[in-house]
Amino acid sequence: MPALDRLEKLRILADAAKYDASCSSSGSTSRDSRGGKGVGSSEGMGICHSYAPDGRCISLLKVLMTNYCMFDCRFCVNRISSNVQRARFTPEELATLTIDFYKRNYIEGLFLSSGIIKSPDYTMEQLVAVARILRHREDFRGYIHLKTIPDADPALLREAGVLADRVSINVELPTKAGLDRFAPEKDEKRIRAAMATTREQIDGWKEERRTIRSAPKFAPAGQSTQMILGADGSSDAQVLRSSADLYGSYRLKRVYYSAFSPIPDSSKDLPLRRPPLMREHRVYQADWLWRFYGFDLDDLDTAMEDGMLPLDIDPKLSWALRRRDLFPVDVNRAAKEQLLRIPGLGEKSVAKILSARRHARLRLEDIGKLCRNIRKIRPFIEASDWRPTALLDRAGLRADLAPKPQQMALAL
Amino acid sequence: MRVARLDSETDFEGWRGHARALLCDRVPPEEVTWQVGRAQDTLFDILDAPAPPRDPDYRPRVSKRFLVDAKLALCHRDEERFGLLYRLLYRMQDNANLMSNAVDDDVIRLGALVKSVSRDRHKMRAFVRFRAVKGEPDTFVSWFEPEHRIVEENAPFFVRRFANMKWSILTPERSAHYDRRELQFGPGASQADAPDADALEDLWRTYYGAIFNPARLKVKAMGAEMPRKYWKNLPEAELIAPLIADARKLEAGMVEAAPTPPRRLADYAFAEPDLLPGDALAALRRDAAGCALCDHACHATGTVFGEGPPDATLMIVGEQPGDREDIAGRPFIGPAGDLLDAALQEAGLSRDALYLTNAVKHFRFTPRGKQRIHQSPKVSHIDHCRWWLKAERKLVRPRVTLAMGATAIRALAGRAIPVGTAREVGFDCFDGRAGLATFHPAAILRQPDTAEATMMREALVADLRRAKAMTGEDIVADFPANREV
Repeated sequence: MPALDRLEKLRILADAAKYDASCSSSGSTSRDSRGGKGVGSSEGMGICHSYAPDGRCISLLKVLMTNYCMFDCRFCVNRISSNVQRARFTPEELATLTIDFYKRNYIEGLFLSSGIIKSPDYTMEQLVAVARILRHREDFRGYIHLKTIPDADPALLREAGVLADRVSINVELPTKAGLDRFAPEKDEKRIRAAMATTREQIDGWKEERRTIRSAPKFAPAGQSTQMILGADGSSDAQVLRSSADLYGSYRLKRVYYSAFSPIPDSSKDLPLRRPPLMREHRVYQADWLWRFYGFDLDDLDTAMEDGMLPLDIDPKLSWALRRRDLFPVDVNRAAKEQLLRIPGLGEKSVAKILSARRHARLRLEDIGKLCRNIRKIRPFIEASDWRPTALLDRAGLRADLAPKPQQMALAL
Repeated sequence: MRVARLDSETDFEGWRGHARALLCDRVPPEEVTWQVGRAQDTLFDILDAPAPPRDPDYRPRVSKRFLVDAKLALCHRDEERFGLLYRLLYRMQDNANLMSNAVDDDVIRLGALVKSVSRDRHKMRAFVRFRAVKGEPDTFVSWFEPEHRIVEENAPFFVRRFANMKWSILTPERSAHYDRRELQFGPGASQADAPDADALEDLWRTYYGAIFNPARLKVKAMGAEMPRKYWKNLPEAELIAPLIADARKLEAGMVEAAPTPPRRLADYAFAEPDLLPGDALAALRRDAAGCALCDHACHATGTVFGEGPPDATLMIVGEQPGDREDIAGRPFIGPAGDLLDAALQEAGLSRDALYLTNAVKHFRFTPRGKQRIHQSPKVSHIDHCRWWLKAERKLVRPRVTLAMGATAIRALAGRAIPVGTAREVGFDCFDGRAGLATFHPAAILRQPDTAEATMMREALVADLRRAKAMTGEDIVADFPANREV
């Protein structure tokens, strides 16, 4: 077989990596290249250097070390039994490519993952080798996200955490049953054990930092994971319960959700029909409500129908329509927690209401300046010159607020 | 009416000086005209520099946050910005908390300016594309067209990020140059002043195309974050239209395509044998058990795979398993196997040290009553099964291969060679390794002429001896034919 050139390898190994939704380059320690000999900086907020027509941000060079893999996970394009073309980068090639791209301002850094070859240790060692070259030899100060391989030597996982800004390990399926069925070589217990180890390391670094400022950092941008929606039969309720568990147990920075999308050469065990992309969007919204808006799992259940979030309206609106007894909320008096529960108002709008109402009592018109569409918020609020009265109790309110059906079809 | 003149469109210090002086004189905002650069004669007094204040002790009130916002808002192309900022400052003197009134129209207007400039600044950090300057190491130039006047405001970011590179960012109105020590600004430039290509851009476009998932087209979401106005300077943008056009087609193709027969570890043996787990041969054997490469595979009990140590120096390849081999699942154990064992012993070879396998891994037969009658494999069977033989040879890498019979020779050489000829001169295997040939033990057993059979048996032992000898040498084949020359 003729050796593949760099272009071909990149085509194959980026193609193989695109099913990982995460591309974040945010939230690491502040640093830059002044006083060093290489390139790179990180200033808190990550930068999306491009967008693909799938609407996803391209922030990092997201590739696999190799797409050879000994595992046979049904949903994965790189499973051993798949017929995709295989390729492999050497650590040296990957480090050079990362620097070449970075110097032209194409990327924020590298997101490196790999199929499992030979053994977990061998695979992890290869990933760490790339980060080692970048950090130690090239003095690269950009962002590095490494996938960690469960069962790899803890010493290697530690080194990965010290070199990288973020580490992650994908649970892929929300339930153990799904994992057993579709990813026979993946073991839920081991994945959880690996996440626990990472959390321990991060906690340890943060603890140590209190007394010794120069304590070696460990994955300062935290750890994350990914779940695939719609590959097994899990409901939204199961998905959100799993992620709540993971957020709580391992202090994950993010759980990424990825609607299962048809892959080339897919396994016959899988549904070929994809779930609507809107489902992914709704689950993200619910995840946000849980993390930033004070919703608990019972509130999210209230927003669901048979364990599924409605697709036509957002989860907050769905919840509010069923808890009309809690509305209207007086924008001039209500506490922040209550304001955050008003459908159509985000964190920023709420902050603005809180500061603006110290100047004068707010009228409906004022609220209109702070949000996108006052018509949708109106039924749920009281302002100095406004009470929704009958509007809130109307039977047809849901239909009024949901987008028209033909728009729905487009959104899907 | 007072006219305040500023040095440049983004002259923050100038604006600040004028504003301070105007406040000291309590000049209301509607009585001030702001002007940039040396203007034509006007009817009004022009304040080139701020006039000495009438109330020098007056200390204007201003929040830190307002100054930060004002500096950004000055980069905006909005002509009214100087006036808006002064108006806010003026109103702030009576209302120190003005900026926190999020529903005030001036506050909202400033918020919109700041947001627009911050966004443009962020997009510049994202969409500047450097091109390497040929012949000058680590030197890069970018051509960029920002919406607002943000070059000076934004250049320090690029210094922090690319402190050890030499670079220039050229825009129509202003240019920034950095030489690893100092940041300098110059006048605007044109696109022609920047390199017109970079060798890495093909690679970048390849990445862009490959990371895109055609199964989830969201063109509007892309456009919201990467507005069309930036596309002309992004090397990857030329791919957007064709990618969208192909996306729907591709996805439909993926769903319709019938699942292909799954591949197994054997493929790895071809491409990158060192990627395999330690017990690769065992894995290969497991895979082969489920082989469905040809119509022949479903016959008989199962695959009879090769056996022997993975580091064997001599590989012996037979034709196909027989009745006994098929039942036991091991090669060379029937009558022919017994004959082979005897010959091996005479030649001083141990079976345990050899890798024994067959050219075809399934038993081909016609049932006749309670018997299964051996049938020679078809050429297509040999060709299909060569796939496994290749994989075995990749892993075992024998120094010497001994083909027993015509089928084995055909499988290894890729063409038919009479056994006699191959015995005389040897042949090259498909992987370039040396191949020797001899009679198949089953052919000796089938030979009705006893004298002939005895001769063939002696030849078998002699060929085994020669093979053994060659495993120990740096091989220059020592064939009978060569000896005669």
